[in-house]
Amino acid sequence: MATNKTYWKSIDQLDQDNPIVAKLEQDEFPQKLPKDFNNQDSIIEDNSSSRRDFLKYIGFTTAAATIAACEGPVVKSVPYVVQPEQILPGVANFYASAIADGYDFASVLVKTREGRPIKIESNTESPVLGYANARVHASVLSMYDSLRLQGPKVNQSDINWGGFMIQFKEKLRLLKSSNKPVILLTQTFASPTTHDLINKLITKYSNISHVIYDTISESSALDAFENIYGKRGFAEYDFSKAETIISIDADILGDWQGGGYDVGYSDGRIPKKETGKISRMSYHMQFESNMSLSGANADKRIPASPSILKNILAFIYGELSNQRVKSKLDPKIRKAALLAIKKIKNSGSKAVLVSGIQETKAQELVIAINTLIKSQAFDAKNLKLTRQGNSKKVDEFVKDLIEGKIAGLINVGVNPVNNLSEGIKIGEAIKKLDFSATFSLKMDETASVSQYVGALPHYLESWGDYEFKTGQYVLAQPTIHPLFDTLQFQDVLIDIIDEKHDYYSYIKKYWTDNILSGHSFSQTLHDGFFIKPLLNRNIEMINIQDMLIKANSLCVEKEKGISLILYSKIGMGDGQQANNPWLKEFPDPITRVSWDNYLTVSKSDAESIGLKNVNVANGALNGSYATIKVGKTKLTIPVLIQPGQSKGTVGLAFGYGKKLGLKDEMQTGINAYSLYQNQNKVQQVSIYPAEGYHEFACVQLHNTLMGRGDIVKETTLEIFNTKDKEYWNSVPMVSKNHIETKVTSPEVDMWQSFDTSIGHHFNLSIDLNSCTGCGACVIACHAENNVPVVGKDEVRRSRDMHWLRIDRYYSSEESFDSDNETKDNISGLGDSLTTFGEMENPSENPQVVFQPVMCQHCNHAPCETVCPVAATSHGRQGQNHMAYNRCVGTRYCANNCPYKVRRFNWFLYNKNDEFDYYMNDDLGRMVLNPDVVVRSRGVMEKCSFCIQKTQKTILDAKLEGREIKDGEFQTACSKACGNRSIVFGDVNDKESKVSKLKENSRMYHLLESVGTKPNVMYQMKVRNTDKT
Amino acid sequence: MSSHYEAPLRKPLVIGDKSYHDVTVDIAAPIEGKANIQWWIVFGIALSAFLWGIGCIIYTISTGIGVWGLNKTVGWAWDITNFVWWVGIGHAGTLISAVLLLFRQKWRMAINRSAEAMTIFSVIQAGLFPIIHMGRPWLGYWMLPIPNQFGSLWVNFNSPLLWDVFAISTYLSVSLVFWWTGLLPDLAMIRDRATRPFQKKIYSLISFGWSGRAKDWQRFEEVSLVLAGLATPLVLSVHTIVSFDFATSVVPGWHTTIFPPYFVAGAVFSGFAMVNTLLIIMRKVSNLEEYITIQHIELMNIVIMITGSIVGVAYITELFIAWYSGVEYEQYAFLNRATGRYWWAYWSMMTCNVFSPQFMWFKKLRTSIVFSFIISIVVNIGMWFERFVIIATSLTRDYLPSSWTMFSPTFIDIGIFIGTLGFFFVLFLLYARTFPVIAQAEVKSILKSSGEKYKKLRENHE
Repeated sequence: MATNKTYWKSIDQLDQDNPIVAKLEQDEFPQKLPKDFNNQDSIIEDNSSSRRDFLKYIGFTTAAATIAACEGPVVKSVPYVVQPEQILPGVANFYASAIADGYDFASVLVKTREGRPIKIESNTESPVLGYANARVHASVLSMYDSLRLQGPKVNQSDINWGGFMIQFKEKLRLLKSSNKPVILLTQTFASPTTHDLINKLITKYSNISHVIYDTISESSALDAFENIYGKRGFAEYDFSKAETIISIDADILGDWQGGGYDVGYSDGRIPKKETGKISRMSYHMQFESNMSLSGANADKRIPASPSILKNILAFIYGELSNQRVKSKLDPKIRKAALLAIKKIKNSGSKAVLVSGIQETKAQELVIAINTLIKSQAFDAKNLKLTRQGNSKKVDEFVKDLIEGKIAGLINVGVNPVNNLSEGIKIGEAIKKLDFSATFSLKMDETASVSQYVGALPHYLESWGDYEFKTGQYVLAQPTIHPLFDTLQFQDVLIDIIDEKHDYYSYIKKYWTDNILSGHSFSQTLHDGFFIKPLLNRNIEMINIQDMLIKANSLCVEKEKGISLILYSKIGMGDGQQANNPWLKEFPDPITRVSWDNYLTVSKSDAESIGLKNVNVANGALNGSYATIKVGKTKLTIPVLIQPGQSKGTVGLAFGYGKKLGLKDEMQTGINAYSLYQNQNKVQQVSIYPAEGYHEFACVQLHNTLMGRGDIVKETTLEIFNTKDKEYWNSVPMVSKNHIETKVTSPEVDMWQSFDTSIGHHFNLSIDLNSCTGCGACVIACHAENNVPVVGKDEVRRSRDMHWLRIDRYYSSEESFDSDNETKDNISGLGDSLTTFGEMENPSENPQVVFQPVMCQHCNHAPCETVCPVAATSHGRQGQNHMAYNRCVGTRYCANNCPYKVRRFNWFLYNKNDEFDYYMNDDLGRMVLNPDVVVRSRGVMEKCSFCIQKTQKTILDAKLEGREIKDGEFQTACSKACGNRSIVFGDVNDKESKVSKLKENSRMYHLLESVGTKPNVMYQMKVRNTDKT
Repeated sequence: MSSHYEAPLRKPLVIGDKSYHDVTVDIAAPIEGKANIQWWIVFGIALSAFLWGIGCIIYTISTGIGVWGLNKTVGWAWDITNFVWWVGIGHAGTLISAVLLLFRQKWRMAINRSAEAMTIFSVIQAGLFPIIHMGRPWLGYWMLPIPNQFGSLWVNFNSPLLWDVFAISTYLSVSLVFWWTGLLPDLAMIRDRATRPFQKKIYSLISFGWSGRAKDWQRFEEVSLVLAGLATPLVLSVHTIVSFDFATSVVPGWHTTIFPPYFVAGAVFSGFAMVNTLLIIMRKVSNLEEYITIQHIELMNIVIMITGSIVGVAYITELFIAWYSGVEYEQYAFLNRATGRYWWAYWSMMTCNVFSPQFMWFKKLRTSIVFSFIISIVVNIGMWFERFVIIATSLTRDYLPSSWTMFSPTFIDIGIFIGTLGFFFVLFLLYARTFPVIAQAEVKSILKSSGEKYKKLRENHE
């Protein structure tokens, strides 16, 4: 509001008539001030900008400039100076390669994005070990390990390779001139060129001798084969040809004789219609001490201690060869062994017997039995060469080393200080040597006591050639420029023997000269493998005598004390990748414990020794400690009570307890190698309870199925063959107007269905018969979907993030069938109280079942209706989507998910020092898949059916203007499943495999009665069990 | 005198020789006087608890929900338990002021003010939890149907959580308006008595210029009636909708059609218990024993007894239906609830909620102040356990045994709960010192019909 007050500006204004005042008032400026010095006043006057506008503009620009001056996050991206021809941003390249780290051998495909490897897949086209297990899938992360050796060192100080090689060669020359013995201790290479180079080295330096050392020895089987056939290698087994598989302590689904048998095994486990209506599948019987993956998958599993296992093998040999063997078996075991014999006899040449007993005699018997029954699954012509170590030579070497008989030692890819029971002594001895060199990926226990430490590149940065089986060759190629200043050992060898090539040219030349016989090298490199037709495939038995004596000598007395059986876990193997957070967090398929190893003890032994497993207030598992004594070595180990563990035996896994080259969080577990005396996996131990409890990180805290047979449906082969589908795979019923109606019927559906007939509709089928629980899919999913690693403490709090988990259930009686029966027969309240209580405890020798569970992508998803912000909703193609950006994190969806597959980001798992795993360092983050967003804290996440992969397939086909073929749609898990038990595809394509599986009589949906109509289906388990 | 007539059978609701002026003075006393040392001590404790709670909330929001004890199987535990508990407590106020108004229960007049204040304060506590339990609470406004430029994003009207948002916010706003409307004549009374100018200014501001004209009174009566009509369905709807969070789910133990009435009864039950807790203390501290009489407490106890029995019937019905349904998951859920690892929570609930109110059948006990106070606390503990039992134990063991686990709270979980208790008492204590804690205008309206003095006078005349 304007006021009418007037103000005097000067005293003169009082005089109204003063002309000067009047004039000045009228004319403040004597003359007009120019607004614009270019005399363009008219333009400016025409302009509508006022002084206010000017102030607005200046204010705005100042504010904008100020804000812009604040520092935002600067992410540097360096453009290519020269754009590589094959690298298109956003488009993945795949390279065929191979892993051969001395423990894992496989043909792989390496997926690279913008020049960095981000995922390992099976090279399914390769017939040569084209199956990548969980460790192989995880190996890509081991390359981005920030604690790798980053360059060569001499006496713990950094040096360049030039200097390193000069000193190294000088030292070798000196040793040669004084003719002092030098040992070259290496892993199994199975590499033709490497062996060629080593031979050349030894020719040049005659004082060097080569010892091959397998961290986990399979020497007895190799020795046995060598004794009989005169060659060193494993016989090859094709379990898909076997109708009866008798395994005596051979973990054929684990790492037994180099592993890789899953695919053939699973193939035979699916009931297939042969003649008429009858379906057949293989019969698998397992005698073993520890509960192994193979035992868990067996139709019949007989727990037995190591001495009994030897007796069983001898007994079976005796019965089959009609000779009297002095075996000592109690009636129960004898009955089981007789059953095995009956089965073998019935199947004739379609039976196979395998054993993991680490005694040359036993392994010779195995060969004898398989030749005796003319087993079709047994193949001595194609030698498997993925283990070549010789325990005797290793023992000799250790003795010589400790006694000071050798002057120099070169270790390549091995860590004897950590991995041999005399490790400490070996370490001391290495320190005293004239010359010690270690070529390694890590500054491990052996490298840290060596004078010369050569940094090796990861296999994804290296060239390589391998002969996994005789005549079956594989090539490995680098997929990234070496991240660090590393040099392949082969290049070192080439330098030493003064060849002029680099290793690549050497391989090429060697292959062209010796292997390819005219075939294109480039094509082989592209394929990744080469099969050489062998002209003379016959192999002669040169020595098959005295088998009866050998069998009799296996009939040992029962051991008095407790036997420790050392084994390798599918997630950790020999422990090379102990600093790999994916593998540390990978729950063991059997125990479902992650991050640790432990002493597996049977329930009755635990009770008699006084060892306990208890669940604390938040459900987490605690286990007592036990002190075990092997010879003079004492260790205190946490105890896990293991159903199925044979009485009088305990188990402990290799690969844990490493300290050097591991992040603090990763240094978990106990080093079992310190008990691995004479590289013998069976040791006599004494056990005492120790103080305190160990805190386990176990992802499954309830072990039994509680008689809930509709969760894991199963039947026996006999019922499957003789009864109607309605009998063994009926759909649950619900009563509507007093009429029993199937829950799948639209009659009882109160939801409006989506129209799923247009476009693609994705379904995923999981075959419980061929799933062995190996967990390759779990790691593949981890890698594909940037699933965070949360660490031991968080897993212990039941906050693991796996999108795909493999549930493992034990039966609480002999079988799941009798569990179901018990539950159905409960009558009255009192009975249900006691019976359900009893059903919580697994049986002493339970049946086991594995069930992979991921988001079921329900067509009537309970999670979708409850989200207040519609962050999870249904897709046109059947997926249940999760919009991370929209999620506010109420967790209602997770509560309402009957399958409990949703995972919440409780904390920020990336770039957070509290979670110092791979997502917390620049190097580790290079493994992240750029197609999948990294989730922030406070949002829910879950399986997406790998939508980034299906969309890619759709777009590629669209660009190329073609229809999508069946098999093109893949998820990470279906791709990783070597057993082909996970099948993914489009059910709107009626010819697709998954469509056919949907119509399969074994098909059921998980928790069908809830009415969620999932897009994931299961093929129910058929067990080949006998009534006897 | 006919309009003031009340049967001599009925017990007086105002005791002692009270005139209208005495009522005014008694009720204005806590506001006009100075706080005593006990008030400061209690306030100090409540404030520290509140600040501790704020600390825990800040820690949660800055670090992540992981600081709580939740896990992949149990996505809700103390957070939603506390939420439902506080909402439940908030039920008594509206029931007393609205439903009892419609039923013309005069005894409500002495307690409705505080009961409603309690409602509002507890709904504030309840409202905290849905926000802080979110993974990303800073995006909590996405729960509201606000037109936005994020694209075609809209809330999901199928979600019971969204219904909660509407139910709670409606309840809070209607309760607040109802409460404040009732406060107007009383605030005006304080304003008129105020001597300090600042105090006068404030009270004149919040009494909205109440002048005490006949028209004011007429409108006051009308609005009260309309609001009572509006608030009555809310009493039923709020907890019905809260129960939908569970009832519409597929979790065995949650998916139960009995939940709406069962939750409402439980809410009234716990609300009355909390009113008893607060009033038994307040009548002593603020010298209001002549207004909040044993008769009031007895009537409250009867409501507690009845609702407690309804809840008991609901518990048993649940067990029966679980058995009768023949659904194995359902059966096991309830078997596990009563006899599983959390049996102690279930039986605490049963003892506190079903058995303990049965003592109220005895007149001697239900007219005992000390006993009423103890039971009121016991009932609230029991009702907390009821929510914990339903929410947490059902989640710990649902369909797939592989996912079964347990829950254990962290000190942050506990800290936040204690913080809300502190916040509640901070609000209530401030209220007790600044607001007329009894609806004196209404009490005055029954003074001549139900006041002891006048009742005696009438008796003597006849």
